[in-house]
Amino acid sequence: MTMTYDDLPRLMSVMTGDEKHSAAATSTLDVLWVLHDRVLDLRPDHPDRDRFLLSKGHGPMAYYATLVAQGRVPEEWLADWGSFDSPLGFHPDRNLVPGVEISSGSLGHGLPLAVGMALGLRAQGRPSRVVVLVGDAELDEGSNAEALALAAALGLSALTVVVVDNHSASYDQSRRLPARFAAEGWDVAVVDGRDHAALEATLRARHGRPNVVIADIEAAA
Amino acid sequence: MNPREQFARTASDLVHEHRDVALVYAEISGQFLHRVEAAHPDRVVNVGIREQLLVNVGAGMALAGMRPIVHTFGSFLAERAFEQIKLGFGHQGVGGVLVGSGGSFDVASGGRTHQAPGDMALMDTLPGISLHAPSTDAEVDAALRASIDGGLHYVRVVGQTNARSFPHAPGRFHVVRRTPGAPVVLAVGPVLDAVLAATEDRRATVLYANTIRPFDADGLRAVLDTPEVVLVEPWLAGTSAHAVAAALSDLPHRLLALGVGREEEIRRYGRPSEHIAAQGLDAAGLRASIGGFLDSELRAIS
Repeated sequence: MTMTYDDLPRLMSVMTGDEKHSAAATSTLDVLWVLHDRVLDLRPDHPDRDRFLLSKGHGPMAYYATLVAQGRVPEEWLADWGSFDSPLGFHPDRNLVPGVEISSGSLGHGLPLAVGMALGLRAQGRPSRVVVLVGDAELDEGSNAEALALAAALGLSALTVVVVDNHSASYDQSRRLPARFAAEGWDVAVVDGRDHAALEATLRARHGRPNVVIADIEAAA
Repeated sequence: MNPREQFARTASDLVHEHRDVALVYAEISGQFLHRVEAAHPDRVVNVGIREQLLVNVGAGMALAGMRPIVHTFGSFLAERAFEQIKLGFGHQGVGGVLVGSGGSFDVASGGRTHQAPGDMALMDTLPGISLHAPSTDAEVDAALRASIDGGLHYVRVVGQTNARSFPHAPGRFHVVRRTPGAPVVLAVGPVLDAVLAATEDRRATVLYANTIRPFDADGLRAVLDTPEVVLVEPWLAGTSAHAVAAALSDLPHRLLALGVGREEEIRRYGRPSEHIAAQGLDAAGLRASIGGFLDSELRAIS
């Protein structure tokens, strides 16, 4: 059965329980869908596939729903997510879930891993893009600063960071985000995080240097 | 040469020899790596003074299908960036060769910031990791060449050395001196010469390990004629005591675990030899500790 974006709310509703990051999950929904359905080449296990890294492992319901809709994960896995016998945890594990490139949950690891992945793929001459999704509050982690600087210094043009900015950082840095990336030498774009056409166009664009797409999302209630 | 320069030479050779090998470092040892970096700028990466990034760049390369060697001082590699090792390599389930230099004593004059007596204990928390303590140039070369083939490894490269090289044989301890009916002294890494000197006039079987994980439980039991074991490690005392306990869990036994003390931080600078002596890990200190232990009577529980 072919599923569409319209199936995602139903799939997400299957995942019940006391996971407390529903705002985080819904904020990523549109970016995840556009990346998986329109932008990235995610042929399973193909060495030249693009790599998508969910650094913000919190609230992975939208991610799991997208993987189900894309036929990567059986829908039957959703109902008992987070249970002892389920491969779907509250933070994803790449060793348990097909199509998941990194295990995440602890914040501030995805972008540094993406830098290494992009370097490794470039050393092998592969054309793959590496796209890593982070949250605005996740950028509090200092490890990201190390990665931002090196990625630009080494000209990692295959690397894209998508910041899903739902204004969740305690010290709201949204207005400073573009300047922060630009200062390190990144190409910067800000886009409506719910506008699929705008997201697709911005996420497809390549710039010959690492780029960040800041997907602006309404703040959680 | 010395073990650290041997590391640089062997790592450079491995980059030259294997297209899937990458070398990632964070300024430290750069003076030995400029040539290989110039020859292979795509696979030899200096990340600058960024140790968290160092580890995750290596892990990301592993996720991309490469075989990374990741290097800096052990204090910054194992202690500063431990969560990156735990998650980037361990939890992701990818392999690599982590090489920490300096150890407990090399940078004695640098003080505590540059001393890492806890590195092996931290690494020992990672399921399945192999822990190596090569103690001559030849052992460093052999450990690196064997580790590059797969799995997750920590190779501790320090200035202190033993006089004799032993083969790289993970999971197997070397029998250096066999004395039937005598207690066993297990020397780990570059304490072997001091252990041999400390026990030269004492009946003792001496084992040597240049790889301590996997732990050779069968090898220990094979020479254990009397249930007394002295474990000597040049890092945090007792790091391998749990492995000895597991190996002998069905035998009444007693164990003396020697190493860098846990009770206090020695706020001293000076030379490595002075710190080794202060920790009781020179021949004189070991002779006193081992003698005191083995010459004492085992008391009954009252």
